[in-house]
Amino acid sequence: MDAKLTYVLQLADTCLIHAQRLGEWCGHAPVLEEDLALSNMALDLLGQARALLTYAGQLEGAGRDEDQLAFLREERDYRNLVLVELPNAAASPSDGSGGRDFALTTLRNAAVSIWLELLYERLQASNDAELAGIAAKSLKEVRYHRQHSSDWVVRLGDGTAESQARMQTALVVLTPYFNELFAAAGVAGVGPAWGEIEADWRARWATLLAEATLTLPRDSAMQPQGHLGIHSEHMGHLLGTMQHLQRAYPGGVW
Amino acid sequence: MVNLAAARERLAAVPDPEIPAVSLVELGIVRDLRATDAGLEVVLTPTYSGCPATELIADDVRAALAEFGPVTVTLQRAPAWTTDWITPTGREKLQQYGIVPPQCGSAQAISVVPRLRCPRCSGAQTEQLSRFGSTPCKSTWRCIDCGEPFEYFKPI
Repeated sequence: MDAKLTYVLQLADTCLIHAQRLGEWCGHAPVLEEDLALSNMALDLLGQARALLTYAGQLEGAGRDEDQLAFLREERDYRNLVLVELPNAAASPSDGSGGRDFALTTLRNAAVSIWLELLYERLQASNDAELAGIAAKSLKEVRYHRQHSSDWVVRLGDGTAESQARMQTALVVLTPYFNELFAAAGVAGVGPAWGEIEADWRARWATLLAEATLTLPRDSAMQPQGHLGIHSEHMGHLLGTMQHLQRAYPGGVW
Repeated sequence: MVNLAAARERLAAVPDPEIPAVSLVELGIVRDLRATDAGLEVVLTPTYSGCPATELIADDVRAALAEFGPVTVTLQRAPAWTTDWITPTGREKLQQYGIVPPQCGSAQAISVVPRLRCPRCSGAQTEQLSRFGSTPCKSTWRCIDCGEPFEYFKPI
């Protein structure tokens, strides 16, 4: 696959699948205000995914639009981070939580939004005008996501013994997956290798965790490969839910 | 030849579908209206990437201008829409509608914590309930003086 198309899909699919997981909270968040916040962030990310997938379809040149790319590809064609496809709870949902852990969701959202902010900041200067335009617009949105999710990380981390323990547990679960945030290759003139934002991301992450009184776990050697199309067992289940309408009613449109 | 002035006047009356108190022009969504060989072309800049009203807005514009002949709606993403483009009239109408308009420019969007007055009772004791609201462009607030909730149009 063309390197630029791959690069765009890695970003597009990460936004899309992250939106899908955040959207699962709709109607289930702990309070109404947070329900609105999670749904709105999902909506922003879905919009970003839409713009990026539309562009990916043009780059591909096979006549596929954003809906076909979002809903009719096979698992291995998706190039999102494994981090964003993980369920909203680490443990199986036998505890009445419905499989939703607000601590894990919040922590992941903070990690991803800092990452997106750093990436979009650099992509604004891309020689690719389309990508630069999408990045400039998306940056304004993810800044609010980062601010909102970071506030929660601090509030819950530096909160009660219970909230802190749950945030620390989520941190231990998610940390091995953070390695993939810096794994993808760049495309000269188009977008930076993700590794170029690693130092900035780690510095901001450490600052946030310190403020939240959370303890950075040991580094992990795990190297998830979602950006190359190799996913976790959760991806198929997610796609089963996300794609079922388009699969059941092929070609259905609004 | 299309009567551009009449078309502009007609376009200025098209309300935003989600905040009907203000027009699309007042929200700064309309970038350009021009006559081309193929008829009218309207250039729109969507507010948020995921704004579900984008298609509806384009439909409303096409319907409003249909009497002037063929209408092409072009979506232009860059430069990105900013609340700095909301007109003074638009800001005034938002305030009267009960939505506090942005209190700073987009450059300070994240760094400035606004101190808002309640749009209903003008009370100065207000607090933010959530950075997000019923639409992506607003945050949710509460007035401690009168107890009523209200919305704030976030600078972006």
